[in-house]
Amino acid sequence: MTRIFGDFIEQKDDHGEHLQIGFSPTSIPIQQRWRNNGLSADFLADYVSTFFPGDDRAAAERQAELKSAVSYVANELLENAMKFSYAPSQHAISIAMYLEADAVSFYVTNSIDPHAAASFQQAIERLLAEDIDSLYMEQLTHADGLGYVTMLHDYGVSLAWKFAPSLQDPDVLTVTTMARLSV
Amino acid sequence: MDIIHEDYQVRYDAATATVICQGSFRLRGTEEYAPILQVLTAAADTKPATLTLDLRTLQFLNSSGINTLAKFVLHVRQYNATQIVMKGSHHFPWQEKSLKNFQRLLPGLQLEIE
Repeated sequence: MTRIFGDFIEQKDDHGEHLQIGFSPTSIPIQQRWRNNGLSADFLADYVSTFFPGDDRAAAERQAELKSAVSYVANELLENAMKFSYAPSQHAISIAMYLEADAVSFYVTNSIDPHAAASFQQAIERLLAEDIDSLYMEQLTHADGLGYVTMLHDYGVSLAWKFAPSLQDPDVLTVTTMARLSV
Repeated sequence: MDIIHEDYQVRYDAATATVICQGSFRLRGTEEYAPILQVLTAAADTKPATLTLDLRTLQFLNSSGINTLAKFVLHVRQYNATQIVMKGSHHFPWQEKSLKNFQRLLPGLQLEIE
């Protein structure tokens, strides 16, 4: 069964300008794989920045700001995907980034433990319904859950989620997180 | 009590009561951040009149790192006598977006972004 939270926009079939990175299931400990999140996020940020040349001072500032935002958002999305990915499913993690006229959109897909889905969905409902400023102050001092809130609060990203059975293996539940950053 | 890692460094200069954070903080969760939080809280526990947190060369901070700095700010808040000065740089745009949020935990926190 598919469940959508927020204004989820399906990934475009015609693709356009985009990049996709996939991480196969592996037995390498998470400690070692963690570094890939930062490397991949910085790679995506560098890639985006070439489409926004920093010709003058204002453009250079805009380029730096966008690069920093992409790096932060992509890193948080990948960290979450790695944290919540359901190891027994042997499902890959993927991140796709699309460049559009007015936004950079990210789609990160990972498997999720079916038993953990309900509490994640409750957290999502809070993110979508509650005042982000109050939620930010509440989460700031908590150990978990600040990633999405900072994207919303500090970067004005719009977030949406789609829970659906995996296309490759219908027994595996996946979640795709969409993050849309206005440019 | 300095931390020297390939990707990041944390140094405490007792003479100027300054903790200098450099590099990229992308650690995984509370447990991995514990040694960094320890350097920060130990510096605060010396109860200097002013404690400077120099983040001007901190290129990246993930959300777990933001949580860690928030815990440090709350730790200092219990010592009414210590003033925190947080130094940032326009060179790293995330600092302008996220550092000001700490002032809401501790209104007396002085933020200097250059």
